[in-house]
Parts: sequence; C-alpha cells; structure tokens
Amino acid sequence: MTSSRSQNELPLSVYDLTVAYQRKPVLWDVGFEVPPGSLVGVVGPNGAGKSTLLKAVLELLPKVSGQIRFFGGSYAENRHRVGYVPQRESVDWDFPIDALDVVTMGLYRQIGWFRRVNRAHRDRAMAALEQVGIADLAHRQISQLSGGQQQRTFLARALVQGADLYLMDEPFAAVDAATELAVLAVLREMKAAGKTAMVIHHDLQTVPHYFDYVLLLNMRVVAFGPTSEVFTTENLQKTYGGRLTLLEEATHAMRERGRQR
Amino acid sequence: MTFNACPLLEAASLFKQGWSPEWFCSWLGLPDELWRVLSLRDYNTRVVVFGTALLGAAAGVIGSFALLRKRALLGDALSHAMLPGIAVAYLISVLLGQEGKSLPLLLLGATLSGLLGTCCVLGIRQWTKLKEDAALSIVLSVFFGAGVALLGIVQQTTRGHAAGLESFIFGKASALAVEDAWVIFGGGLCCVLLVILFFKEWKLLCFDETFAASSGWPVLGLDWLMMLLIVLISVIGLQAVGLVLMIALLVIPPAAARFWTDQLRTMVWLAGALGCVSSFGGAIVSALLPRLPSGAMIVLFAGAMFLLSFLLGTRRGILFQAWQSWRLQQRVQRQHLLRAMFELSELQAAGAASSVGQPAPVSRERLQGMRSWSKRQLATEINRAVTAGLVIPLSSDQLRLTAAGQQMASKLVHQHRLWELYLITHAEQAPSKVDRDADQMEHVLTPEMIARLERLLNASQQGGSVPSSPHPILPPPETERIGGEQA
Repeated sequence: MTSSRSQNELPLSVYDLTVAYQRKPVLWDVGFEVPPGSLVGVVGPNGAGKSTLLKAVLELLPKVSGQIRFFGGSYAENRHRVGYVPQRESVDWDFPIDALDVVTMGLYRQIGWFRRVNRAHRDRAMAALEQVGIADLAHRQISQLSGGQQQRTFLARALVQGADLYLMDEPFAAVDAATELAVLAVLREMKAAGKTAMVIHHDLQTVPHYFDYVLLLNMRVVAFGPTSEVFTTENLQKTYGGRLTLLEEATHAMRERGRQR
Repeated sequence: MTFNACPLLEAASLFKQGWSPEWFCSWLGLPDELWRVLSLRDYNTRVVVFGTALLGAAAGVIGSFALLRKRALLGDALSHAMLPGIAVAYLISVLLGQEGKSLPLLLLGATLSGLLGTCCVLGIRQWTKLKEDAALSIVLSVFFGAGVALLGIVQQTTRGHAAGLESFIFGKASALAVEDAWVIFGGGLCCVLLVILFFKEWKLLCFDETFAASSGWPVLGLDWLMMLLIVLISVIGLQAVGLVLMIALLVIPPAAARFWTDQLRTMVWLAGALGCVSSFGGAIVSALLPRLPSGAMIVLFAGAMFLLSFLLGTRRGILFQAWQSWRLQQRVQRQHLLRAMFELSELQAAGAASSVGQPAPVSRERLQGMRSWSKRQLATEINRAVTAGLVIPLSSDQLRLTAAGQQMASKLVHQHRLWELYLITHAEQAPSKVDRDADQMEHVLTPEMIARLERLLNASQQGGSVPSSPHPILPPPETERIGGEQA
C-alpha cells in the first residue's frame, strides 16, 4: 500500500524558495517538481547556487522564504527516505577511519542514539561498497583512497541508507573514467528500482546521456523539464550567458544528440 | 653512580635475601624520598597523583575529538579566558566576607568566564568577516589581559597576596587537597563515560558535520556537549596543570597517538593512555621537587611522548616511514636484479637451447645494459643477492641464479607479466588496482580474474614455467635479433 502511494507522490517539490547569505540573495523564487523515478541533472555556471539549492532543500541553510515538500511531507518526517552525497572536498580525508567506517555512517541514524554498530550493519555497508565496486578497499584508510574511490565511498554511504530520493553534489567531479561508469551504473540501477536522484553536474556534454530531466539554474530557474525539451542552446545561453567555450561545448552536445536520433 | 665490582653477583643475591624496594633504591644510590613518592605510600601523594593521571587520560580522550573537530585553539582561548573569572570570583568571595579562597566559587567563576570567552569567539566569527584565528587571538589576549589586571587588584587586597591564585596559571599539583583530587577524579571519570556513550555520534560530527546534520543529528547540541566537556576538563585541570598549559594536555597526546594508528578508536584510547602517563610522570616529579610547577612538568612529559611518537610511530613516525621506504627500495632493487637475470638467461636459453634444468649464466656486462643502473648499484645489488644465496658468481664476469633464486625470479616474472597483461587488457580499471608488490596480486584481484589472465598469457607461451612477456624485453645490443623474433 505504501509503495503504490509513494509512486504517485512527488519525491521533491520546491516552491518559491529564496535563499540569501547576509543580504545578498543566492537563490530567487526557485520552484520545481521532481517526478518520481527520474534522474534530474542540475546544471549552471559557478556561483549559480547549485550546492546552495541542495543544502537549502535539506535544511542545512536557513531559507528566507519558500516551501519544500518531500514525498508530500516535511523533511523531518521523510528524512529516512532521503540520501545526501555531499561534495567530496567538504571533509578532511585524513580522518583516522577506513572506507567501511564511512559507509557505516549512513546507518547511524537507523542504529540510533548510543547503540553500537554491529556485524549486520557492517555487512550491509560491505554490500554497498560492493555495489560501487570497491569492496576490496573496505579496510583501507580513507586518505589512501584515490579521488574516485573516495567519491564512491560517499556514494556507498548514501546507498546503504536505502533511501528513495538521492541528492548528490557533483558526484562526477574530478573522478577517473572507471568511477564515472560506476556512478552512472548506480544511477541507472536506482532509476530501474523506481528511485529518484537529483544530481549536480558540470559536464554539459554528458547531460543528455545521463539525465532524463534537467534543471538549468542561475540564481533562478532558467528552465526545468525533460532533457529533450529543455536542454536547448537557447536555454543554455540564458543560463551561461556569453561564456563562449561552454556554449560551443553545449552546441556540440546538441549536435551529438541530434545525430544519435 | 658507582657500581659494585660485580653487580651481577649482587643482583643475584637480591633474590636470595628476598629483596625489598627500599633496599633496591639505596643500592642504586637514590634518596629515600624518591622511593617514598614512587611507592605512593603517602595517602596524599597517592590521591593527587592518581587524580592527575586520570585528568590526563580524560583530557587525552576528549582532546582527540577536539583535535579532529579542529577545535584545539578554541580550547586554548577557552582556558585562558578563565583567568578573569577566577579573579572576579575571589573578589566576590572577599566582598561576601568569606575567609580564604573558596574553591567551588573560583571554579564556577572560571567556568562562566571560559564559556563567555567561547561565546565571544563564536560571536565574532558569526557576525564579522574575521577569520577564526583572528577571533581566537583577540578573545584569548583580551581575556587573559583582563585576568592579569584583575589579579593585580587582588594582590592589593589584604589577604589577596596569600591566596595563591597564581598557581592557577601554571598549576601546582602539590597544592591539591585530597578533596580537590576527588573532584578531578569524578570529573575525569564523567568525561570518559560520556565519550564512550557519544563515541559514534561525535565520530560522525567530527568527520562530516554536513552529512550528520542532513541525516537529522542535532549537530549544534552535540557540538556544545563536546565543548562543555572541554570546559569541564579545563576547569578541573586548573589546579594541577594551570590554564596556560591546559591546552597541551588536550592536544599533545592525541596528536602523538595519531602517529601510531589510523583507527579512531585506537587513537582515542591511546591518547588517553599517553595523557595518563604524562600527567602521572609530571605529578610525580612535581611532588619530588615542589618548586617545579606540575603543569610545566606534565607538558614536558607529554612533549617527550610526542617526540617519541613523531620519530617512531608505526603509521606516520618519520623514522618508521624512512625505514619502510628504504625496505621498499631494497625489495624493488632485488626484484629488478632477479627479473633482469631471469629474462636474460631466458633469452640465452632461447638462443642456445642447450641448458637443461639449470638457468643459463649471465654476464655482468649484459646485466648492466638491462636497466639504467650504475655500475656500483649493480655490484652492490649482486653482492646482496649472493649473500642471500640467490645468485652464484661463476667467474669475475659470469653469474647464475641459484635454484632458490631461479624459483623466486620465475615467480616474480610471472606475476609481473600477469600485472602487465592486466594493465593492457583492463586499462580502464587497472590503474587503481595494480599493486607493485607482486605478492599482493591475490589480495587485489579475484581468483577468476587471475585464472583468466593466466589463460591469456599461456596462449602466447612456448613452454616452460613462465609465460612470455606481453611486450618485447628490452634486449642488450648483441641479442637484438632474438628479441625481434620473439616479438
């Protein structure tokens, strides 16, 4: 019963969200509705407020105004159905723990206050590491992991939560080809399982291949919708302005997509 | 110290006569006083020393989290900010007409003013664009300055001079009363228990605050609880260590522990143990020589621990690392030599097809051409391999692998070629997995993968125990023809 209900309700809907640092606005009246089972790419220039959007949605930053619903309820009610993958650079990788420890952290909320991590939890964490293809590195100190492996560790930490909606901040940033493929495979598995993911992405060329919805953001929502309709040169121009190299890349991507059809 | 002509005999006689510690001390020429302190026979000394030791342990344990949360300097500002509180509390107690100093009131004053200092730091950081280090310096110096000024006023009052408030600055464990030691004991125990309770939560908070907040942990509350424990430890440590050096007890043991381990749990308890030993040592020395402030002694002990860990630590100690990289270098050099000899004799066997069982001899000159090693390097390496029984010199120029050397070399070459083939066939994922240490192959790759690589290699193999190299072996000049054929 719950599963049929969860398929109809929107995993994430944002209305009139405004966020400001001090008095400088970062996001203006941002609104969109993420359909269930979709992979949404969030693109926009540096400083467009992409990370801020994710953080504000997760109530990590105070918002000036706006309404945010997760599965039709508040974030506090549906936190257990939401997984977050922060930027890799947001933590100190010199911390004295191993990869398995990091992944287990995804279960801490389920484990609850003061309880110990037990074998069953570690097994689940191991399975998540397996899913991202680095189970053999489970006991390696995290500073000895490569950038891509660290990214996969973060992804595994979110996966182990078994959430229905995932918010990811640049999981494809500065990773090796193998990691890119592994992350993509995980995204596709999620989609196949009816889960939803909203992913901040920087590589315009791959947007049409990776995501079926796209949110073009530059302090405000320039466009949001199915990639095939919204990811156009015109919209990209509105998003990125006169940054020619980026536009050329995008046009190239458009042409590629045209050829594939 | 003069020793007996025959110390061994004397030592042996110890067991016969049933030795007593006092006797041992006097035999070593140490004063009885030392033994009296070391044996902790004195109830007072015992309580003070154990109280201080537990303080050190608790400080090391909570300090680990403070260090990982990058709050070390905040702890420093906090303890310095306690001084004005102490002075004000004393003045108030004088105004209230109390005789002498009332410790609970002084500690309360210290706590409040320490917390006020912390709030100032957080406030400055929150509402101005100043960076944390500036905020910390401002608060630390202003509060400490105010404290020193207030102490000056205290000194002017009639009994103020005798109050001994200065001992709060540098610590004086010998001035601890038994009740004070019990306070330290209770506070330290409380701190250690809370760390055990909140271990998982603080681990997450220190590693990834954002993730902790997003999954619904009350980050602010956990942070404040940690801060409160640091305040608690600093307050109860005031008398033994003093506010100037309290930060050392919070930071040095965890920093030293980090040299030995990559596991948080081990680090926390090791930091506790190091803090405990430092405090114990400092308190003992200070009990022996009451003129030495115990805070300084404790810090010196902790510093010695740090130096030791910095040099010898099995994870990050510099000597340990140097030794490891030296060993790696030796191993790689040996592998180079064995592989070069094996591949050369393989080439010669292919050319002559004569030798049965024994590997063909190899000349130094041709070995020299196999790699970019200097004559001296090669000679040293050969000598080492000869000593290890892997290579026999046949003449001044000719060398041959021994049976053991041959076995080792063939295994090395085999693994090396499997890795190379893996790099070629699985170029995409290989770079993150290939491990130079050939022994590790089974740990990194699945058995199926190794079996598949073996089959691939065997396909190109003409016989013998070692499959041929997937790329032409760099041949010495005169065997160019053979190398060319093989490719």
